[in-house]
Amino acid sequence: MAIDPQPEAAAVAAPTAGGERGPWSLAARRFVRNRVAVAFLVLFFLIVLFVLAAPLWADHVAHTGPNKTHTLQQLTVGGEKRDVVNVEGQPIGPQLFAADGMFFLGADSRLGRDEMVRLMYGGRTSLLIGITTALITTALAVILGLLAGYYRGWIDTVIARTLDILWSLPVLLVGIALGVTLAVGGLKIGPLELSGGSLWIPIIVICVFTVPYIARPIRGEVLSLSNKEFVEAAVAQGAGPLRVMFGEILPNLASTIIVFFTLTIANNMLFEAGLSFLGAGVQPPNSSWGTMITVGVDLLNTQPLLAIIPGTMIMLTVLSLNIVGDGLRDALDPRSKIDLEAHTGTVATKASGAAAI
Amino acid sequence: MSPAPLLSVKGLRVGFSTEGGLLQAVDDVSFEVRPGEVVAIVGESGSGKSVTAQTIMGLTRSKNARIEGTAEFEGMDLIEASDAELRRLRGDRVAMVFQDPMTSFNPVYRLGAQIGEAIRAHRDGVSKSEARARAVELFEAVGIPNAEGRVDDYPHEFSGGMRQRAMIAMALALEPDLLIADEPTTALDVTIQAQILELLRELNRKRNLATILITHDLGVVAEIADRVLVMYAGRVVEQGTLDQIFFDPQHPYTWGLLGSLTRLDKPRPVRLPQISGAPPSLLALPEGCSFRPRCPHEFGPCIDLPPLQARLRDEPGHCDRCWLSPEAKKEKRQVAGQIGLEAPTP
Amino acid sequence: MARFVIRRLAGMIAVLFAVSVIVFVIFNVVPNTNPAQLLAGKNSTPVLVKSIEEEWGFDNSLPEQYLTMMKKIFTGELTSYKPRISVDEQIIERIPATFSLSIGAAIIWLFFGLLLGYLSALRAGGWLDRFLTGFAIAGISIPVFLIAPVLLYFLTYKLEIFPNAQYVPLTENPSEWLSHLILPWVTLAILSIGFYSRVLRSNMLDVMNEDYVRTARAKGLSERRVMSRHVLRNSLVPIVTLFGLDFGATIAGTAIITEYLYSLNGIGLYAIEAVQKFELPPVMGVTIYGAFFVVFVNALVDIAYAYLDPRVRLGESGAS
Repeated sequence: MAIDPQPEAAAVAAPTAGGERGPWSLAARRFVRNRVAVAFLVLFFLIVLFVLAAPLWADHVAHTGPNKTHTLQQLTVGGEKRDVVNVEGQPIGPQLFAADGMFFLGADSRLGRDEMVRLMYGGRTSLLIGITTALITTALAVILGLLAGYYRGWIDTVIARTLDILWSLPVLLVGIALGVTLAVGGLKIGPLELSGGSLWIPIIVICVFTVPYIARPIRGEVLSLSNKEFVEAAVAQGAGPLRVMFGEILPNLASTIIVFFTLTIANNMLFEAGLSFLGAGVQPPNSSWGTMITVGVDLLNTQPLLAIIPGTMIMLTVLSLNIVGDGLRDALDPRSKIDLEAHTGTVATKASGAAAI
Repeated sequence: MSPAPLLSVKGLRVGFSTEGGLLQAVDDVSFEVRPGEVVAIVGESGSGKSVTAQTIMGLTRSKNARIEGTAEFEGMDLIEASDAELRRLRGDRVAMVFQDPMTSFNPVYRLGAQIGEAIRAHRDGVSKSEARARAVELFEAVGIPNAEGRVDDYPHEFSGGMRQRAMIAMALALEPDLLIADEPTTALDVTIQAQILELLRELNRKRNLATILITHDLGVVAEIADRVLVMYAGRVVEQGTLDQIFFDPQHPYTWGLLGSLTRLDKPRPVRLPQISGAPPSLLALPEGCSFRPRCPHEFGPCIDLPPLQARLRDEPGHCDRCWLSPEAKKEKRQVAGQIGLEAPTP
Repeated sequence: MARFVIRRLAGMIAVLFAVSVIVFVIFNVVPNTNPAQLLAGKNSTPVLVKSIEEEWGFDNSLPEQYLTMMKKIFTGELTSYKPRISVDEQIIERIPATFSLSIGAAIIWLFFGLLLGYLSALRAGGWLDRFLTGFAIAGISIPVFLIAPVLLYFLTYKLEIFPNAQYVPLTENPSEWLSHLILPWVTLAILSIGFYSRVLRSNMLDVMNEDYVRTARAKGLSERRVMSRHVLRNSLVPIVTLFGLDFGATIAGTAIITEYLYSLNGIGLYAIEAVQKFELPPVMGVTIYGAFFVVFVNALVDIAYAYLDPRVRLGESGAS
């Protein structure tokens, strides 16, 4: 709307003022001007720093590991001895710095593990899975979308139908089923062997079920791009299929891919949390934010923070990624020629809606 | 004497505040339309002709629009009128036909229902079946075959020409006094264009319907208009009767428009004359006459904006916005028997 | 129209077949375990394992096992391993809880999602729009496993406004049914409220620029009628598709976690318990029925879409 003209007017004026500026630096300038998005990007980096600092905190402040139990131990708080887990099996509450940083957020359950240390290590797992799966999913989706959209014909039919079928599956249910069967028996395909506790199992499960949500819109975009004159021109000049797909079409998908990637991290983190929450994702004793909520929900009546804190961490991470993704979309494609709203929307409800939220 | 004007527009100015500053889309436009008269507003895209028409209908009102001037319709100023007053008028006394019949109907409702909706919005107590019966009559009146069967079709089931007929039928639903047709034939095939123009002319004669025709096509104007306004960059640069504009054009821009018209009654030019350059951005209008940068006859005084006034003694209704004297114009516009923009070759 | 329906139904059957094969493969081929061994327990004799294998047909070839399984699903003879209870009966018993939860939540999210989206679009760019957009993004980002604990802790445990979940059948006590379902409904609906309001808002902003909206104004319709009959009506067409996808996905997805968190004895909870006990038949049953349901709802939606948008009826793939 022209009512608040300052940022927009500047954005419009930019190309004439600095003629040599490319679209990327323009997009970067537009993004930086979006204060809310920048604030949440900073928040996301703070969360990343927080989880990266896990070993420092564990070694130098809490003096314990994420999976170390302290069931029968006592803690000295202000010269007074207190049980980490009392006789009724209730874990100690948040101590902040009363015990020199040990049990900063209290203990997690009757096992008496340090909640803060688990929160930091659990966040590592959650973010690691979120980012890894987003990378794999996006890469697979781009390749499938390019192949289907470029070659069309039977290749497109096979890929599109497969994606349709994955789309029709009750994602969470089948995901849990796959997650649990794999977690118990591990995975053995030829030389590839994964034990049941491996993080690769939730990663694989998540990737399988989220590929369609990105591949379908990418395929649609490739279909329309490959009709454009610049593609025909490249073909006319004798460019091979690989050259056309990766040299001509892919760069035009860049902004879509970047936005999807950001939003997919958020969605996949929710998916992971959902799987882990139901015991089909990250396996004990390893922690992730999802598994920590499972543990915390049992003590909701007495120690509500044990469920609410990891839940809040997931929310903050997802919220910051969603807002950053939104800001990126506005910055990269201000006129929004592609209807990303609808696409990302479907990703949001189906992947995370169906799967996790 | 000619009858009292139905619509009288005076000093109409429409500006929009945009990211790049104030965009003056229409600047000081005045004209009158009498019952049974067809007034054509001609110009390139961006000349302000559509904005003029839509402003009369109150369709350009928004937070960002600055609208000045008056547009009196039977004693009511349409510019000052409240939204509710305008709404009562729209579709009832003043109706509009739009350029693209493909997108101007709502795709999810039957055509008959969309016409009925217009009727029922203005006439209390008209039942749906009465409205539908009226729609059938209107379809017949605009020459849609098998009206009874087609009135319940959806817009996509109609061809472009038929859809424009349906659009006209809808505009006529409440027997308006004034019809505003915004590029009614532009989106249609040439053969269909002629049919639609024929229809408009017939309606104009039979129903004494005053019509404002917005177009960029002088061929269309020649078919049907009584009087013509030529607009350029938001301003009227010349106005007069059809004959005055076609046979004694006064403004170089009008010469250019006429020159780019292919004519069968004159020898074929070596090359179709054209107006060089592009219309100016409304955000950065040149000083003085806005046609100056594209005009081959530019001279000293053009740095000041010429007023719109009658410059020919015996043609008081024929006004133009050009500093050249009528004699100079007569000399300069003759190029090898053609009305052209190019300077005479020595 | 008939051809459209038939084509849609044929596609539906193909998808269902594929879904059933995938689910079967997940449980019978992917796991590195012998189901008979699992059933028999860790310290079982090979003889016991062998007899279990024979009894349940685990020694048959995979296609045979698949056919047996599918036959049982369609004849309703599917039984869980232990205890041996009919899966169909279990599912039917739990349908009311699951449907009460999902349908109630869907009504809430449609109502509020569309209302907020409509207001947002009417006031696009204004402070109300900004506030609602912020609310919507927050709603999209809150996981149910944060909403549920927060609501439960404050409203149930501390303030004791709402009872601690469990499902009370509507026929037994309507007011208890309602009070037990309010928190689960809110939990399940918040995400979709945010999401639907965003989608409706952006659809409406697109539609407002359409020529036919200008035509509607030129006809002299009131602004309210232009907004409701033309802008809103046309913006709802894609929402219907979305709702179809969502509603199926919700029952087969999000509702499961909500049932689990609030201990509502629905189909989702049944499925989770079965998965955790490695009970193949209930999982198979729930998944396939779930997939049937999702695919069926999607097909219904496509047909409804064709009804809402007359262009789709004639065109082969129409507006997609």
